Amino acid sequence: MSERGVIVDNPYERLSREQVELIDKTSLDLLENPGILCYHEESVSLLEKAGASVKATREGEHDAWWVRIPAKVVKKALETAPSIVTLGARNPENRVVLDAEGTRVHFGSGSETNYWLEVEPETYVSKQDGHERVFPVIKRNRGNVDYLCRSAHLAEQLENLDFFIRNINVQDEDITTENKDVNVFFASLNNITKPVIGGVADFNQLEKVVGMAEIIAGGKAELVKNPVVSFITSVIKSPLQVVAETAEKLIAIARLGLPVVISTSPQGGSTAPIDEMGMVAQVNAEALTGIVINQLANPGAPVIYGAVPVRARMDDLHDMYGVPEFCHYNMACAQMARYYKVPCYSTAGVGDAKVPGIQASVEKMFTFTAVPFAAPDLIHYAFGLLDKTQTFSPDQAILDNHQIGMAKFLQRESGVKAEEADRTKKMIEEVMNSPYRMYARYARKMLRRGQIFAGFPFEGDAEDQDQTLLMVNEKLKEIEGKEPQHLSEDICHRIFEKTPGLLPRLNPYSK
Amino acid sequence: MKEKLIESIVENVLQGRRNKDDEGIEEDFAGEPGVAELVQEALDNGIDTNTILLEGLSQGMKLVGEKYETGEYFIPDMLTAAEAVEAGMNIMEPHLVGGDKNEGKGKVVMATVEKDLHDIGKNLVSIMLKGAGFTVVDLGIDVPAARIVEVAEEENAGLVGLSALLNTTMVNMGDVVKELEQKGLRGQVKVIIGGAPTSEDFAREIGADGYGKDAFAAIRVAEQLLQAKGES
Repeated sequence: MSERGVIVDNPYERLSREQVELIDKTSLDLLENPGILCYHEESVSLLEKAGASVKATREGEHDAWWVRIPAKVVKKALETAPSIVTLGARNPENRVVLDAEGTRVHFGSGSETNYWLEVEPETYVSKQDGHERVFPVIKRNRGNVDYLCRSAHLAEQLENLDFFIRNINVQDEDITTENKDVNVFFASLNNITKPVIGGVADFNQLEKVVGMAEIIAGGKAELVKNPVVSFITSVIKSPLQVVAETAEKLIAIARLGLPVVISTSPQGGSTAPIDEMGMVAQVNAEALTGIVINQLANPGAPVIYGAVPVRARMDDLHDMYGVPEFCHYNMACAQMARYYKVPCYSTAGVGDAKVPGIQASVEKMFTFTAVPFAAPDLIHYAFGLLDKTQTFSPDQAILDNHQIGMAKFLQRESGVKAEEADRTKKMIEEVMNSPYRMYARYARKMLRRGQIFAGFPFEGDAEDQDQTLLMVNEKLKEIEGKEPQHLSEDICHRIFEKTPGLLPRLNPYSK
Repeated sequence: MKEKLIESIVENVLQGRRNKDDEGIEEDFAGEPGVAELVQEALDNGIDTNTILLEGLSQGMKLVGEKYETGEYFIPDMLTAAEAVEAGMNIMEPHLVGGDKNEGKGKVVMATVEKDLHDIGKNLVSIMLKGAGFTVVDLGIDVPAARIVEVAEEENAGLVGLSALLNTTMVNMGDVVKELEQKGLRGQVKVIIGGAPTSEDFAREIGADGYGKDAFAAIRVAEQLLQAKGES
């Protein structure tokens, strides 16, 4: 089983059993009435064959179908969906095993941000006292494939990052719709030995991406056993609509037997109700829809319940992540997935702030300490995301790695145990009878065993300035100086030979 | 035999083991002789007190200090080691004769000042001073200035260490300095202060000789003050 992540002791159950059943019933009722609006013909025929009622319609320029899915179809899909899903990895020790009935939580990156934040220390002279001080200067650069490689390399070094989702939207001049997916997956796989999960933008590239993964895993059957790539499909357009192209990818991935996340991201206040009951009932119905299509395409295929409910800002209707409602939505969804015994993909750690700093830390720490307590199997978006999900900051990712470490420590098993009572009494008696009555010697043992949290590692000693970002930037330079763990020369050679569209500059062995 | 015993004393100081009942840190040493038993064994085997002190106990503390400097050890490691040294010194005490008794780095009277009940910082400094080779007379908490000065005189102490945690009690530190002046002892007894609300500036303001921002700084300042006193 997976050793990564953290086992959450006594997960927090925001919803009672009755509330979970109420959401379940409400979602199932919604799937029957009004049902879903599906734009993908094959999905419609799979659903109809399984017992759904279908009515053709036109939505603008597109054919569409109103599909009413009976509860028994959903229940059957949930019966065939596995409760244990393995996310493979180049390094087998880094595999992540998701157990819907367990409480182990894993943290990973995510989103395709358009910008990369570069921090450069710069020296300024104070007009007040004439003293020189160094401040971090932040520059925002457009995402490119080099930044993606650097992100994957950084992610490899962050001990609390368990899986990698490409976090940079590559906007290089030589990246096109026809070659983007292969380059994104190669840039990721060539720089990290942990599980790689991603979406495929162009259906025609799915085969090439899978071919690349098969070369790395050692063959088709080996890839199913050790899926070094897993996929994300945003098959739902909220509210309750199935997108044609993504549904096609979902079915294809299901038939390949590779893990796939059904990701649905309704926004409370615009594409979903803003209240908890309404939001959770809808997002749950949407996730169930994806699971049903996946299981109808290939019963028993590995599938992950992906709910990414967010709240709308009331002033501009942008997404909002660092707010209490976001935690309510996500914690409830984690409970729903556990109820269905399907592994859950959730979200925490996104900063609405544009740059690293006080606001970002507050927002991130807020969700890091709430959502994981509901024990979803995967928490994505957890590293470096700012400005909602528009910007990736590698420095922030290092801070997040530390904050996740704090959250993981918080979620550890309690030390209050019957077998500890005698030791505790003996210790206190000993100390009470010692000259200075201090517990330092006992703290020392826990310190050496790693049972005491080490504290904030980026604490500066200046009395008039926050030096955190400067210290983090030093750490980033140290990490970036480490040698990447690239794929072997032979594997790279075979991948480049068989995968048209790969940029030669990504081959570490090209002369 | 001698080398092995001294080596074991050093190792057990690092492990912070006062006696056979203490566990170590890297592995479970419980039941094996600790510093107290090893010092006794060394004495029984005729090893002289100076060798035990310098090559065993002090050498152990020196290594602990080095590990602290490099970030390998933390305050609990230093305190635990200092306690182990103290356990060894207690065994040595009856065997120190004549001049040997004064071979430590000097005598310090420690106290938390009047109306202040906090003792963690003061205890920390007391333990560390002992571990570093000072003789410490610890008067405890809430000690009036007159009593501190009285004991400093009786014990012929070269240094008084004062602790306070409260803004309202730190002012009582100045009373000790005044009391020393009134009794005509100011030339013989140096004063060092410490505690969360105190500072270098405050030390200067009340006429103290030194300020320890933490336990380690306190040891360094104590060494400097007593060395300077010895030279003057």
